[in-house]
Amino acid sequence: MIPVEFDYERAESLDDAIARLAATGGEGKLLAGGHSLVPLMKLRLSEPSSLIDISRIAGLSGIREKDGKVEIGATTTHHEVQQSELLRRLCPVVPEAAGEIGDPQIRHKGTLGGSLAHADPSADMPAVVVALGAEVHIKGPGGWRAVAAEDFFQDLFTVDLGPDEIIAGVQFRPLRSAGYAKLHQRASHYAIVGVAAALDVEGGVVRSARVAVTGASTHAQRLPNVEELLAGRPANAESIAAAAAVAGDTLEDVNVDLHASEEYRRAMVKVFTRRALERAAAR
Amino acid sequence: MSKKHITTRINGEDVEFLAEPGASLLAALRDELGLTGSKEGCNNGNCGACNVVFDGALVNACCVLAVEANGVEITTIEGVANGEELHPLQTSFLENAALQCGICTPGFIVAAKALLDKEPDADEARIRHWLAGNLCRCTGYDKIVRAVLDAAADMRRTPA
Repeated sequence: MIPVEFDYERAESLDDAIARLAATGGEGKLLAGGHSLVPLMKLRLSEPSSLIDISRIAGLSGIREKDGKVEIGATTTHHEVQQSELLRRLCPVVPEAAGEIGDPQIRHKGTLGGSLAHADPSADMPAVVVALGAEVHIKGPGGWRAVAAEDFFQDLFTVDLGPDEIIAGVQFRPLRSAGYAKLHQRASHYAIVGVAAALDVEGGVVRSARVAVTGASTHAQRLPNVEELLAGRPANAESIAAAAAVAGDTLEDVNVDLHASEEYRRAMVKVFTRRALERAAAR
Repeated sequence: MSKKHITTRINGEDVEFLAEPGASLLAALRDELGLTGSKEGCNNGNCGACNVVFDGALVNACCVLAVEANGVEITTIEGVANGEELHPLQTSFLENAALQCGICTPGFIVAAKALLDKEPDADEARIRHWLAGNLCRCTGYDKIVRAVLDAAADMRRTPA
């Protein structure tokens, strides 16, 4: 339970962090909250040569409204997201989901950027940012780029982020009519299944829906068949039930572990899709 | 790797120490600074026995690196009592027999204090939700929750 030896550096700015990361030749890792990384290092599943602490970089944390969008800095903690009055007013699904993460100790240290970069298959926030159609803003030695959240998550613990790149934050158009529903693993509070649903409703009719699942497969992903069944339908219980009934039918590589079999997970994807949609429609 | 010089403030006193980058804050508190009240349970962020308050935030000291503590203000279980006078939470844990083996108790008291300092009116549901990150394998939690509720009522009667 002791990590291999490594060096520790505190970055002063985003560019300083990028330069320090480059200097490690791909062997360094960024430290934000550390509540996933440090346990992995103790188990020697991760053996970086150096940790570059980005948790103190001014301007990398915080929640802002900008040009009709909301921007959350990468090192904003889950606790800060959960407590944000701005988010509760403009996009309540985000603080709702943040409050479902782990326990207070995890939420006080764990960060949004860290959760996305780590991409644990059972993490909550990946589903939320995919459902909201968020952009992940990334900076590397070559400058800035933005990736749609749904393209960012690629596979098990695998994301579109180079070893020399840093997530600076996420940006999305806030939406009130979105909800998150989660089946907790009772000890860890990871999602056995978690579903985020975002509805664009006008005059009682769903114009479009975005629904994303986490915990069920290798990575957070959309449920396109559910979204298609909702588009153009009345935003009521019947439409929701019909759409939720097909949730997960397109999923491949469904997770199987001691908490849930494939059959149970597939059944729960339907249940929690319905609950997330009901929550979204009620807002 | 060379040790780093860390300057911090623990329980109201300025403290300096040297730390290997790989040492957890828990290891530094216990092994370097002699503050053995914080316990090592799982050493992996699950059990809460090592809880300290880190710049106002309740954290698992086992998952914080000692080097992260540079410039940070920390409260450990040793900083909860006022000299010889026990904190209402400590008194309440004793009166409610809210412990058996006692290994989890420092973490529970630090965690409960972090809640009541910010939310003196926390109700039972809030307390249970807040203490989800603290594991006790002896008591079944009921006496712990009652002890926190009693302490909260006591603290509301006689604010510190």
